[in-house]
Amino acid sequence: MNPVLKLLLEGGSLTTVQMAQVLNLTEAEVNQQLEQLKQQRIFLGWRPVLNLSKEDAGAVRAVIEVRITPERGGGFNRFAERISRFDEVESCYLMSGGYDLLVFVTGASLQRVAAFVSEKLSTIAGVLSTSTHFLLRSYKEQGYLMDAPAEENGRLTVTP
Amino acid sequence: MDSNRFIARHVSTLPKSGIRDFFEIVAKMRDVISLGIGEPDFVTPWRIREAAIFALEKGKTHYTSNLGLIELRRAICRYVGEHYGLSYDPENQVLVTVGVSEAIDIALRALVNPGDKVLFHQPCYVSYHPSVTLTHGVGVPVPTMAADHFALTAAALAAAWQPGCKLLLLNLPCNPTGGTCSEEQLGQIAQFCVEKDLLVITDEIYSELTFEGQHVSIARLPGMTERTIFLHGFSKAFAMTGWRIGYACGPAPLIDAMMKVHQYSMMCASILSQEAAIEALLHGEDDVKRMREQYHRRRDFVVRRFNEIGLSCHLPRGSFYAFPSVAATGLGEREFAFNLLERERVAVVPGSAFGENGRGFVRASFATGYDQLVEACRRIERFVAARGSGR
Repeated sequence: MNPVLKLLLEGGSLTTVQMAQVLNLTEAEVNQQLEQLKQQRIFLGWRPVLNLSKEDAGAVRAVIEVRITPERGGGFNRFAERISRFDEVESCYLMSGGYDLLVFVTGASLQRVAAFVSEKLSTIAGVLSTSTHFLLRSYKEQGYLMDAPAEENGRLTVTP
Repeated sequence: MDSNRFIARHVSTLPKSGIRDFFEIVAKMRDVISLGIGEPDFVTPWRIREAAIFALEKGKTHYTSNLGLIELRRAICRYVGEHYGLSYDPENQVLVTVGVSEAIDIALRALVNPGDKVLFHQPCYVSYHPSVTLTHGVGVPVPTMAADHFALTAAALAAAWQPGCKLLLLNLPCNPTGGTCSEEQLGQIAQFCVEKDLLVITDEIYSELTFEGQHVSIARLPGMTERTIFLHGFSKAFAMTGWRIGYACGPAPLIDAMMKVHQYSMMCASILSQEAAIEALLHGEDDVKRMREQYHRRRDFVVRRFNEIGLSCHLPRGSFYAFPSVAATGLGEREFAFNLLERERVAVVPGSAFGENGRGFVRASFATGYDQLVEACRRIERFVAARGSGR
């Protein structure tokens, strides 16, 4: 794996200057590599990981199982791409098993999500069925625990 | 009343660890970045912790066999077979101990007669020499040098050898230097041990944290399995220091002798730690790899920075310690460490805490997050530069 990418994954919130020092590169080289990774569509972008239950606005999230009839020539891809383009859709995956696409949706309210499913998603030709599950509580998000207190660093300051 | 007169002579004359007084000072200071910590900054991987919780829920709260749980001993035999090419019988050639520290202690107690001489390379882990002294043995340090990347050489060993030497204590990769031996160097040491009829106790606690090339255990070399006690544990590779769990493998009569000391002093290692250790051996490989990769990158960074700063530092092939020389600053290692702590709030351990041969060096642990390492190096650079301009 690209060392810059590895450091991004394990280094927490290092600045590009710090990353450059760790990797023995110039800051310009780090930026250049980040730019290159973006161009290759490997590094897609930054997003904060939030504990949304602590945000007053409290968005509603749902996960939707979608069954579709694959198209000749396009398979599932054209459907998946079309569905993915909606702003409401956070993530979209092709699945094995009892349904075809798993779609993560966010909306300001229950009604907004319901409207998206009934008006947008299920009306696409080829969509056979949808099954919507609302997320009640998040315990872990993108590798971060939601409510667990930070683990104590109980190390003594000097040990043999 | 003076209680001191009750203390045994060999204990009252035993010096306190050089790390201890330093720790007392650091502990009272605030905002210190410590590169003085001899343990991983990672918490034990959750899967291992969870295995211990499950064991507790299942009511696993009893003594185990003195030798340790047979499932663990079997897992140990598989692990050392796969990783070190060593073959032991879980029934009578493996003993589970309370960390490698206990294993060293009981090995020495089982083997050393008063006056027997024990060779060990130095700088070395703080407990080796005192452990020998506590068994009424005589410690014989063998110096290792920065010029050799702190590898033990057969020549240095031969020069230090004296009549009456019975044991050789090895720790490769080494705390505090990170030095280790090539297979060829080990071969020469093995030959010397056969020639002089030495038994080897090899503490390979840092072996998974070898960054270049394959780690080779001396126990694997021709003629050495029968004259080696192989010690290993979980503290460093699996980030399990506080669990206090390790093991010894070796010829059945020697393990049996160690078991006698162990059964009368320790009885058995904690069953919860043993249960966690089974999980570590069976499923912990990916975690070890993840942590090793991070130590590797941190090592490259820290060693490069020390050399840039002007503190000449060899590239340690293993462990999570850099061992730079502070000679260029004109300071002794203790002065350097104390002044650095006072002026820049960075803690490193004076090399002399690891024996006479550590003079002129300090130990800097890179088992610390990147941001701390970057900042610590910046402060050390400022400190060294100020020394240079002030002289």
